[in-house]
Parts: sequence; structure tokens; C-alpha cells
Amino acid sequence: MATIVSYTARPRRILQALLLAFAVLIGVGAYALVGLGRFDELPPNLLTYGIGAAVLALILQVAVMWRAPYADPVILPLVVLLNLLGIAMIESVHAANSIYGLRSSASADRQMLWAILGVAACVALIVLLRDHRHLRRYTWISAVAGAILLLLPLAPVIGDARNGSKIWINIAGYSFQPAELAKIAFAIFFAGYLVSRRDTLALAGPKVLGIHLPRWSDFGPILVAWGFAMAVLVFQTDLGTSLMFFGLFVVMLYVATDRLSWLVIGAIMFLPPAVFAATQMGHVRTRITCWLDPLSSANYSSCEQINQGLFGLANGGLTGAGLGEGRPDVVPHAESDFIFSSFAEELGMVGAFALLLLYLLLVQRAIRAAVGISDGFGTLLAGGLGFVMALQVFVVVGGVTRVIPLTGLTLPFLAAGGSSLVCNWLIAGILVRLSDAARRPAARQVPGSPVQPAPRAVSA
Amino acid sequence: MSELTLVALRLGFVLALWIFVIIVVLVLRNDLFGTTVVTRSSRDPRREQRPATGPIGGAAARAGADPASLRTDPEVTQAAMVVTAGPLRGTSLTLGSTPILIGRAPECTLVLDDDYASNRHARVFQREGEWMVEDLGSTNGTLVSGRRIEGAVPFKPGAQVRIGRTEIELRRGPR
Repeated sequence: MATIVSYTARPRRILQALLLAFAVLIGVGAYALVGLGRFDELPPNLLTYGIGAAVLALILQVAVMWRAPYADPVILPLVVLLNLLGIAMIESVHAANSIYGLRSSASADRQMLWAILGVAACVALIVLLRDHRHLRRYTWISAVAGAILLLLPLAPVIGDARNGSKIWINIAGYSFQPAELAKIAFAIFFAGYLVSRRDTLALAGPKVLGIHLPRWSDFGPILVAWGFAMAVLVFQTDLGTSLMFFGLFVVMLYVATDRLSWLVIGAIMFLPPAVFAATQMGHVRTRITCWLDPLSSANYSSCEQINQGLFGLANGGLTGAGLGEGRPDVVPHAESDFIFSSFAEELGMVGAFALLLLYLLLVQRAIRAAVGISDGFGTLLAGGLGFVMALQVFVVVGGVTRVIPLTGLTLPFLAAGGSSLVCNWLIAGILVRLSDAARRPAARQVPGSPVQPAPRAVSA
Repeated sequence: MSELTLVALRLGFVLALWIFVIIVVLVLRNDLFGTTVVTRSSRDPRREQRPATGPIGGAAARAGADPASLRTDPEVTQAAMVVTAGPLRGTSLTLGSTPILIGRAPECTLVLDDDYASNRHARVFQREGEWMVEDLGSTNGTLVSGRRIEGAVPFKPGAQVRIGRTEIELRRGPR
């Protein structure tokens, strides 16, 4: 005879405070080590930096204790640690550039300002958004907002083409990657849309090669998403962004319907555009060449970035050159696109794997919140946001380590760039809110609660 | 600062990074929540330590402690869904206005521990005062009175609905 046992989660706020303190300690320690390694002295602003990081962590802790007391205790410490490590590495690259003068890169001060803004956005979201289900009201507004944001770089004046991809906008000297914000909007839209349509989308249709296909009439939504991804690919010529949005839709469709066939269909549908990009677009073709054969003498100079990144990985070896002791400045974009190779060089394989584990744990917490949450919208949103973070890490780290061709996505929380950092802090805020809903003991268990008890199995 | 101190600090940093990861993993190991299906014969020490306080256990405990609070009017007849065969035999569900989802997924109202059931297998809901049962595209199908159904069909009192190894019946009667 089987029975159902349920365990309630404990709030664990003190544990979160201790973990946050530890994360700040490690992050500030990394910053100090960078100063010691580059200039043989502690950075002059170390005290201000340490106090600033501690204050931000304290604000986060208070906001969570106040408005999300049951939230997951490890999400914020992981995010804070990743962000501080990113700042330390950006400072390391900047200091190396100022010493050796090979190229120039933005100083870490700018990333610190963006981090303050990101924490402010996260706190505002935790305080203002009392229930994640409120986001469902904005299902269609999110769709429109996401579409506009995604197509903004194609606008005549503000659009800005870099490295062959039109994914930037430039307003009054400040550049911004609207796809990052569009990612959140689309996750909300897909969750709201799929939760109301999933029962029909899960119906089985014809059986082909041993898998149940969906009904032909249910192919509409995936075709629309595919068409949109194609528009991004053709007009913005960016395979990474296109893959991210289509992947997000297909995975959320899979989570919503529990049908493996949607994943197979999605993978097959993305093949022709990938082949099209590989054969028709110059910069994608170069990247594929650099993926397959970067070290041959014919390709060596055109694949300089990936080659220097590989030499960085090799220089790091098992235990790394040490923070502030490597030469990440010889790699173009070592503080943004190639920040993973900078980390692997200075912290070695041991540190790089710790970094990947931090991401793994963060994604695991998102998926755990998705499993624990009781409404379908929350499940889809948490699953989608967790997946898209995992996809970004895979695509970026895979690109740097030559597992897959290089594409233009950012490493969440680490890479230099304001739009990416602020939007990822917003995602962290949404995940805190979702995990709070997943772990909060249900209101219906409170005796004398006015809420009508939902029908539940009672073991006789 | 001497070279040796710097090397020690660097190794200490990587060590601290790993200690952080390990602490987080240990926290997650002790951080169980949600529902799980256990067989009643197996003795689970965790169950003894932390009694069920979830919706199911809570509702049962409340019903035992204060049955009058649940009973509003004895005259009112209420439909109930009773599991007559399968691992959950004897379970009964009072039907309210909200639809009931049956399947293996933890978010279902009736969670089945059955390899032959799909995650979201079937739904029981009220339409114009009549109870309906609908198959949600399950792999092995839902059988009403021995016949496999497609879409929603009326769920008559006394009719047997079979989902995997589980049989469910609708009963009307005083609460």
C-alpha cells in the first residue's frame, strides 16, 4: 500500500546569510589577489569594494527576509559569488592591458556600477512582485514587448552592427543588447501561453518511426516560433540569439506537454537554418572553420581569438597561473566573450570546474523550484529560465573550448556588459520569487484559513 | 609580499571556491521538500522524524481532529471519487468545483505510482452539473467501463474508470 508523504521546506535564512558572507569573502579575496598578482600590492579601493559588496549582500538578505522568507537559500549566494568573480576577472584583464598595452578594455568600475544597478533591480523585483502569478497577466504584453525589443537592433538610427551581427542598439553613446531583456519577456509569454494550451498540444497524433507525433493541427505555434527565430537569423545574422529563443520555446513546450517528440521535432527544424547560416553567412562560415581547424597555417590568423583562448587554457593547466598572473590580455574580448578562457588560465582546470559547478547548482535550483511549484505557469517559467541559463553557459563555454562553433552569447553574471548583468539579476529575482512560492507551506494548511480547500486525496 | 605567501593565498582561494561548492551541495542534500510516494510497509526513518504536514497529511489530520469543521450540512449530497483497485486502493477524493488531474506528475491531485500511467493522464471535471472524465493524450489510454475513450466522456456514478492498474469509481452520497 502506497501513501504520499510530504515534507515542508525550512526557511533557512540564517544559512543564506552565512553563505552570502562566505561568497562576499571569496569574491573580495579574488579582487585582492588580482591586485597582488598584477601590482604586488592590495588594490587601493579594496576597502570600499569590500564594504560595498557586503552592503549589497545585506540588502539582498533583508529583502529576502522581508518579502520572500521561504526562498531558496543558495540562489543568491551563488549569484553574488559569480558576479564578484566576474568583476575580479574584468579587473585582472584591465590591469594586464594597462601594463602590457596590447589592447584596451573597460575597467571593472563600470561593471561594479552595473552590479549595483542589477542588485537594485533584483531587490525591486522581490519587493514589488508579491506573487509570480501576477506575471501571467502580462502574457501578451510580454509577447509584444519581447518582439519589439528583439527587432530593435534593426531600427535605422539606433541599430548597431558589430562582428557581423546586428544585436546591439546604441542610444547616446550607451550600447545595449535588447535580446537579454527580450529573453525574460519571451519566457513569461511562453509560460503564460503554453500553460493554457498544453492540454491540446499534448494530444497524440500519428505515429512515425516509433514516436508519437503531435496532431498536425498543433504545429502552428512551433512554426510561428521557428519563423521568428528565422527572421532573427536572417536579418540580425546571429545564430546564437536565434538558437537561444527557439531552444527556449521548444524546451518549454516539452516541459508543458511532457512529449519527447517536440524536442526531436525542434532539433530537426533547427537543422536547415543552421546549414543555411553555415553556408551562406560569411562570419558564421569563418567560425565553423575555426571550430574544426583553427591551428592550420591557412586559418591561423583568421582564428586568432580562439587560438589565443586555447593557448590561455593550456597556460592555465591543472592549477592555473594564479589570479592576476596570467596573460588574458592577449585574447581579444578576454573580459566578455572569452572570460571563461581567462578564468581557466588564471584558476586552472580546478577553478574552471568549480565555476561550472556553480552554474550547475544554480540551474539545478531553478529546475527544483520548477518541480516544487504547484501551478503550471510557475513550473514553466522556472524551467524555462533555468534552461536558458544552462543553454547560454553551454554555448559560450562550448564555443571557447571548441566543443561547438563560437556564437555571440554572454556568460551569465560573469561577462562584462551592463545589459546582460542587469537582466540576469532580474532573472535571479524571479527565481527567488518562484522558489519562495515552491517552498512556502500552502495557505490551505493553515487551520481556519478562509481559503476553500482544494480537493485532495485522503488516504483511508 | 613573499612569493610563498602568494602561492599559499592562491591555493587557499581555489580551495575556498571548492569549499563553497561543497557546502552548497551539502545544504541541498539536507534540503528535501515536496511530496514523495512511499510504500507503507517500508520503514522510512525520516517519516517518523518529520510527520507529514503537507496538504494530504494536513487534511487527514484535521479531519480526524475536528470532523465537524469539514461537515457543513449532512443533507447535502456530495460526489466522491473512490479508488477501488490499484496501489492507492481505498483512497477517496471529495469532488468540489475544481477539476481533478490524475497522473504520475507531483502536481496532480491524485498522484499515481504506476508505470502504466502517464504524467498527466486524465482529468475529471464538472460540466453543466455533470461529471466528465477526459483522457489527456495518455500513452496507455483511459478506459471507461472497459472501453478506451477519446476526449471527454460523461463519468456516471458506478462506472469504472481504469488508468493503468488503478480503477476509479464515482459515488454520490452524504458527505
